[in-house]
Amino acid sequence: MGSLIHLKVNGQSQSHEVEPRLLLAYYLREVLNLTGTHIGCDTSNCGACVVLVNGKAVKSCTMLAVQADGLEITTIEGLANDNELHPIQEGFKEQHGLQCGFCTPGMIMTAAQLLARNPDPTEDQIREALDGNYCRCTGYHNIVKAIQYASEKVKKEVFHD
Amino acid sequence: MTNIIGKSVKRVEDKRFITGKGRYTDDIVLPGMLYAQIIRSHYAHAKILNIDTSEAEVMEGVIAIFTGKDIAEAGINGVPCGWQVDFKNGDTMKEPPHPLLVADKTRYMGDSVAVVIAESKALAKDAAEMVKIDYEPLEAVVHAEEAVEEGAPLVHEDVPNNISFDWELGDREKTNQAMAQADHITTLEFVNQRLIPNAIEPRSAIGDYDSTNDKYTLYTSSQNPHLIRLLMCAFVLGIPEHKVRVVSPDVGGGFGSKIFHYTEEALMTWCSRQIGKPVKWTAERSESFMTDCHGRDHVTKAQMGFDKEGNIVGLRVKTFANLGAYLSTFGPCVPTYLHGTLLQGLYTTPAIHVDVTGVFTHTTPVDAYRGAGRPEATYLLERLIDKAALEMDVDPAALRFKNFIPPFDGVNQPGYQTQVALQYDSGNYEPVLRRAMDMVGYQELRQEQAQGRENGKLLGIGISTYIEACGIAPSAVVGALGARAGLYESAQVRVQPTGKVSVYVGSHSHGQGHETTFAQIVADKFGIAMEDVEIIHGDSESVAFGMGTYGSRSLAVGGSAIMKGIEKVIEKGAKIAAHKLEASKDDLQFEDGKWTVKGTDKSISFGDVALTAYVPHNYPEGLEPGMDFASFYDPANFTYPFGAHIAVVEVDTETGKVDLKKFVACDDVGNVINPMIVDGQIHGGLVQGIGQALFEGAIYDESGQLINGSYMDYTMPRADDLPSFETDRTVTPCPHNPLGVKGAGEAGTIGATPAVVNAVIDALAPFGIKDLEMPVTPEKVWKAIHNNP
Repeated sequence: MGSLIHLKVNGQSQSHEVEPRLLLAYYLREVLNLTGTHIGCDTSNCGACVVLVNGKAVKSCTMLAVQADGLEITTIEGLANDNELHPIQEGFKEQHGLQCGFCTPGMIMTAAQLLARNPDPTEDQIREALDGNYCRCTGYHNIVKAIQYASEKVKKEVFHD
Repeated sequence: MTNIIGKSVKRVEDKRFITGKGRYTDDIVLPGMLYAQIIRSHYAHAKILNIDTSEAEVMEGVIAIFTGKDIAEAGINGVPCGWQVDFKNGDTMKEPPHPLLVADKTRYMGDSVAVVIAESKALAKDAAEMVKIDYEPLEAVVHAEEAVEEGAPLVHEDVPNNISFDWELGDREKTNQAMAQADHITTLEFVNQRLIPNAIEPRSAIGDYDSTNDKYTLYTSSQNPHLIRLLMCAFVLGIPEHKVRVVSPDVGGGFGSKIFHYTEEALMTWCSRQIGKPVKWTAERSESFMTDCHGRDHVTKAQMGFDKEGNIVGLRVKTFANLGAYLSTFGPCVPTYLHGTLLQGLYTTPAIHVDVTGVFTHTTPVDAYRGAGRPEATYLLERLIDKAALEMDVDPAALRFKNFIPPFDGVNQPGYQTQVALQYDSGNYEPVLRRAMDMVGYQELRQEQAQGRENGKLLGIGISTYIEACGIAPSAVVGALGARAGLYESAQVRVQPTGKVSVYVGSHSHGQGHETTFAQIVADKFGIAMEDVEIIHGDSESVAFGMGTYGSRSLAVGGSAIMKGIEKVIEKGAKIAAHKLEASKDDLQFEDGKWTVKGTDKSISFGDVALTAYVPHNYPEGLEPGMDFASFYDPANFTYPFGAHIAVVEVDTETGKVDLKKFVACDDVGNVINPMIVDGQIHGGLVQGIGQALFEGAIYDESGQLINGSYMDYTMPRADDLPSFETDRTVTPCPHNPLGVKGAGEAGTIGATPAVVNAVIDALAPFGIKDLEMPVTPEKVWKAIHNNP
């Protein structure tokens, strides 16, 4: 028998009956069709499935959908404001922070939490924050630059405001 | 838009990826789709005594279960090998079948035994656990050198000593003579360890049979959709090619591992035909570890001979190449024609002989992984020359400079004929190493190293120079070398009536940025905006044909095919323009998107000419309407990029940990269309090369269990293991393709590995350590330092 869950995903209320064993990652992908959250491993190492749960970066394959009952989830699809890219998304494009794009949503969501906690990270701090996310294409070089770009941009905007 | 070739244009494909709108195979959901769980052998070598599906069959949501017996009874062939390498004595390569599901025996951990198809992924998995299989485990052999010994367990009963082929290249006698007269011989015995490619997107395949039209569609995470269609139709399932559509949508990295035709692709297609509904299989990461083809796995003894002055006089190589349990699509080609042929390197070595034995073992099939053969060749050469420098007490850079082939541009000077079959197109090797040494501050570092040693600080500087063969390659040549396919590329340049351009390319992009680079070429040559060009790839229904994306060939071969199409459009456009302008074709020039009568202001735009081609009211007599050209480009030669990499490491004597402090790379990939993308390719390649040097390696136990088959156990490089890189380039254009490009996809991986290992050995020189086996883990370094092997 399923369990009824109520949650907010990208600002929209959702209610579904789900199998208790269903992982949040699969709920997002298969029930809500939000396929921007990717699944790259079965051991919670790769970080392709990172989403924000009440603002915290969480590997959505480590969490059951029923545990998300009553919580607020942001996925990569919900990060841009209307049609305006989030500064981190913009950074990834400007600095060539992605190649195949598969790890990208998880990288961006992880970076979102990093910059929320530490708006002006050093390169070492960025690299440490990405420790739970694998990328096989970029060698991380341009991902670091993408996050630095976003950090600079947010600083400028804050200063400007 | 003219003059955008050579500019770092931001990628047009990025928007969908950064907003979560990419569409990978597993994202696709078709109406009525079912899900497959493949039951895989957990024994490396076992007889299948019995399979009992009775309990699973009656479970909720289970639609069908197929075993190897069903496949055998349906008369389905195994997946074929695409490259034939025969024995030295002329005997044909041993090529046992690789069935979609095995019926009698399993030959590696992960071999497919049965498939369960159910209404959901979870139900298929539940049911798979209820299928009871009785195995009789058998003794396994996992190392190539052991597999060829008398009495070793046989992977295939009809393949004596597990040898698929033996092969040689070069002049054995001349090399032996040269070595006999050498003043100094450096010997290196090493394992180029087995790597697991680990694209972050697990492989996925959806078979979709449409009974109404008797048509099949296969969605697959492949680098090579067109060839997969040909192989699957003609050699595996025996279904007509025109009834089959293969789609590779967005693909999440490949690095070689998604070139090959895998059993699951044909299996899903066949299952869908049996059931009449779409069937999807997506690998779990543990399946990726077990079943994506692995790379490298060479056991090599190599000797390099020198005269008194330090000139290389000969090179002798013996390699055992582990092919795994079955021959994968390009398996036999990698240790032979992509390895043996690269052993000239950048050096004037006058005598070379290489001998390779291809061996079956009870392990995952081995095939091309980023660099494919060329990293193995480069590692061999660059470790040898560094070890020789150490033994002869000369600077490793100086020894390289002494032996470099002098510059040749392939136009004013002929290409360089190697001792191992290839003819290099163009090369100028000294400047890349000089530049890399400047970038890293080589002389200062040597001083710092000497001072550090007095204080117990272990700084190491490692050089590697490399050459690679890319743009694979002329069909006639590869055919003569055993390829069972041509290696050209196709492109269709379709100018729409409004002057917008759709380009259908046979190359497939899975991260390389084709949608940007190719569009840059078209926009530049036609003088139109990038937004007016669309690149379409990865769908056999819209693209004529393609030979796949690998071997850094997309731009050199695929880009050249586009250039042929562009030339045809401009040629036809000139005829239309001449008619409209009432001028002679010879009096026109095409520039900035318009044809102009030379010396006048009379002109007609690209868009107007396109419209005229489709609305041919006032039109040259006898000229066909339309503006749509298909081209196939078959190159005249491989391309030969080269470069120099320098790694700087510091080794912690207490822990043995290697800290990669700095890494500089100066590569020459010929002309560059998009420097940003090329740099990105180099960065990514470097990390895969560094990964081999310091972190990665598949480990099998004696029974054939892959004991580090997960991300918990297989050490992938992470962001905080690495520094940022410094890259630069020189430009030596390729003389034989229209863009002058050489290819950049594998350079980083090829150069990086020996640079890092050389740096570690250089750091450990005070301890008298001359070699360490990869990956150079803290444990190995610590043991070596503390003399505790």
